[in-house]
Amino acid sequence: MSDRRLLTAAKLLVVAVLAFGIAILPRFLGEFRASQFTFVAIYFIALLGLNILTGYSGQISLGHGAFMMIGAYVGAILSLGRPGLELLGHEPASWLPLGDGMEPIFTLPIAGALTAVAGVLFGIPALRLAGVSLALATFAVAVSLPQLAKWDRLEDLTGGGGGIVLNLPATPFGLDISTRHWLYYQAWGTAAALFVTAWLMTRGRLGRAWRSVRDGEIAATASGVNGGLYKTLAFGVSSFYAGVAGALLAIEVSYVNPDTFPLTLSILLLASVVVGGLGSLSGVIVGALMLEFLPIYAQDPPLVPVAFSKQSPAVAFGALLILIMFLIPEGVAGLLRRMLRPFTNALVRRQNGGSPMPATPAGREEL
Amino acid sequence: MPLLELDDVEARYGPVKALHGVSLTVDDGEIVALLGANGAGKTTTLRAISGTVRKSGTLAFAGRSIARRSPESLARAGIAHVPEGRGLFGELSVWENLRMGAYVRGERKTFKQEAPRVLAHFPWLERRKSQQAGTLSGGEQQMLSLARALVSRPRLLMLDEPSLGLAPTVVAELFAIVRKLNADEGMSVLVVEQNANVALDSSARAYVLETGKVAVSGTSDELRRHEGVRKSYLGY
Amino acid sequence: MAEFLQQVVGGLAAGSIYASLALALVLIYRATDVINFAQGEMATFTTFVAWSLMNRGVDYWPAFALTLAIAFAFGVGVQRALIRPVENKPEIVVVIVTIGLLIALNGLTGWIWGAEVKSFESPFPNTTREIGGVTISTRDLGTLGICFVTVAVLWAFFRFTTVGLALRSSAVNPNAARLLGVRVTWMLALGWGFAAVLGAVAGMMAAPSVFLDPSMMLVVLIYAFAAAVLGGIDSPIGAVVGGLLLGVIVDLLGAYVVSPELRLPTALLVLLVVLIIRPQGLFGHVAVRRV
Repeated sequence: MSDRRLLTAAKLLVVAVLAFGIAILPRFLGEFRASQFTFVAIYFIALLGLNILTGYSGQISLGHGAFMMIGAYVGAILSLGRPGLELLGHEPASWLPLGDGMEPIFTLPIAGALTAVAGVLFGIPALRLAGVSLALATFAVAVSLPQLAKWDRLEDLTGGGGGIVLNLPATPFGLDISTRHWLYYQAWGTAAALFVTAWLMTRGRLGRAWRSVRDGEIAATASGVNGGLYKTLAFGVSSFYAGVAGALLAIEVSYVNPDTFPLTLSILLLASVVVGGLGSLSGVIVGALMLEFLPIYAQDPPLVPVAFSKQSPAVAFGALLILIMFLIPEGVAGLLRRMLRPFTNALVRRQNGGSPMPATPAGREEL
Repeated sequence: MPLLELDDVEARYGPVKALHGVSLTVDDGEIVALLGANGAGKTTTLRAISGTVRKSGTLAFAGRSIARRSPESLARAGIAHVPEGRGLFGELSVWENLRMGAYVRGERKTFKQEAPRVLAHFPWLERRKSQQAGTLSGGEQQMLSLARALVSRPRLLMLDEPSLGLAPTVVAELFAIVRKLNADEGMSVLVVEQNANVALDSSARAYVLETGKVAVSGTSDELRRHEGVRKSYLGY
Repeated sequence: MAEFLQQVVGGLAAGSIYASLALALVLIYRATDVINFAQGEMATFTTFVAWSLMNRGVDYWPAFALTLAIAFAFGVGVQRALIRPVENKPEIVVVIVTIGLLIALNGLTGWIWGAEVKSFESPFPNTTREIGGVTISTRDLGTLGICFVTVAVLWAFFRFTTVGLALRSSAVNPNAARLLGVRVTWMLALGWGFAAVLGAVAGMMAAPSVFLDPSMMLVVLIYAFAAAVLGGIDSPIGAVVGGLLLGVIVDLLGAYVVSPELRLPTALLVLLVVLIIRPQGLFGHVAVRRV
């Protein structure tokens, strides 16, 4: 077997082991812990999207949480449907195609798709903004969207400040596992499917186009890559992922209200994706684990509070972020790459017939 | 003892080595030219002297080693480096740029003292004092950059390709000013140039760099007669 | 009409607070090319320090001055300890460092002083004056005055002193400045020091009305960002004008057009529209790359 294939096989093996681990984990977990790992899956999906946006196409976003919110509301509204909303006392406008209450197999993709549309709608004008201004624009979105959810004109749809309350779904297909465990598998199944999709997108032409746009838009355009198209596409894709993650989150906590997705969430998502490692999918799982398990808050249910914890955990977390940026700015994925370099170099050397690099030109002539 | 002495200096940009052992000297009161094609390492040599690139080897100024000193402290020691691209503060005014030339010796007092002397060579600068430096023409910017370097009365003036992009008359004017200052005040000059003709007209000695090493050295007259130099750099 | 003018003055007073913080952001951005997301938290922290001083019996103005000095040292310290180590790393790394500082400071403030809201005295009496038939709050005038004086002193410093000139040179072309003998890293630290002073002033002016708690400056920071971007992120004049303008717009919006919760989103919407039409802001220089 060629060495290239050996490397890929090794990677696949790691993924297979992880997948196996994830599949059997619930056997050893109680309800609460299973729920925590469901959150890991949710953050994993969200961070995959953010990595594509910030890591691959180089657009810093401090508004990812707001897009999750859109998906959450869409998912919640659709799973209740018109009858469900009316039961809660809302009377949404009659022209809205709310359906009668859908299953996640429908609500998740639709939530993702509608959020993707929002992402594209934001991404197109955002093309004119670079770096700092873009970060600030997404910051503005993260702050204003929750306020919009409180708006009384939309109250019949969103439930205003009180939000929407969902019922905990029953385990489908008559499977003999608890609801929490079912939700765990639902989340991780979705995460797996979306991970494979992300992997396919980033390893091919799409990934290369994104990276060329990130590294130098002018040069990219000179090579025939339509920078604007790919940047907008990145917004669409990342928002799709955020929307699905948000919808899953709404199901998991059984409610959604304007405070569920505060600015702090967007900030922490960005921090997590950088710690995991930008521009590579292998570190995303670390970011997701960090986001769920690092104690920056000390309460139940494990959601991000509106303000950071006013206790020492916040201080430790902030200090930890800074330390990580000092020591491994390329993130965990980058660190792994660095540690594995001796091995990958050895593989490359064997391919090149013994020398690490192509031969240098002959020496100069004396005058 | 020469004013500036480089011995077997190597320099690198990251993993790429740009200088492979350069040795040269500049004596007090001399004008020395550093010639060579693009990429030969001329700019890198100046950067090695002024402390803005990683280097190894022996570098001494006025008898003391400067290998470990920061650019700021070298400026204080009397080395004025006019970089390629001129290094002007484009958004600041002509006058503010000039004032910054005096910073290294205590801006207010020095500027008051030295400004008249410098402006004597560049009288038109005073008329343009409030103009934004970035809006000057290429030739004017080069003049301003030179004037700024002169305000601090440097012991060694280092010019990086001053003729680049300038009309021949402007170039001649510039070098005339440099020669005069060298003659009147004994200021030493190390000038990097691709335009070997112009440089050799003003310098006493010259070095030719090729791929990071000194290939030829000697007095300017010797270099003018050197067949290789004539063919490659002087065009005849 | 009188009521309208009253609103305008109130808006200007709030705007001067946004302007001060926005100027701090622009100052740091121009000097070190960094957006300091922790600027608001730094301001909050220093305001709490002022509160502690006054709580121990120090009079207002001495406490004010002392706080400014502490804020200056704080700003310099943050730049040297946290920003300098990562100054050559990619933009996103520095962003995360400032975010880490934001989180840590927020927690630290709560840890040291507790989460209960505190009241913060204003040096100006809670009275009103009649000027040209318009009733204006003394506090508003005082806030405008203090912010104006601070900005003016800073402006004079940059314009007329040698260090100010060196600082400006370092911001424009750090490499050239080094070759002229400027210790650029210290200049950048000074920039952060002054920015922290501006933040402290903003914090101490805002605290009497928004009350002192660890998250006090979050909303002000958002408005300050909006003001800085509106004015042009690399333009100090833009920050000041943007801040005042935004203050007035938000005030008028809240009074006449939209309900209070929508003030912030509407203001941000206005900002987004301006950015789309003119991405470099009102006074900014950054060109749009049309590829």
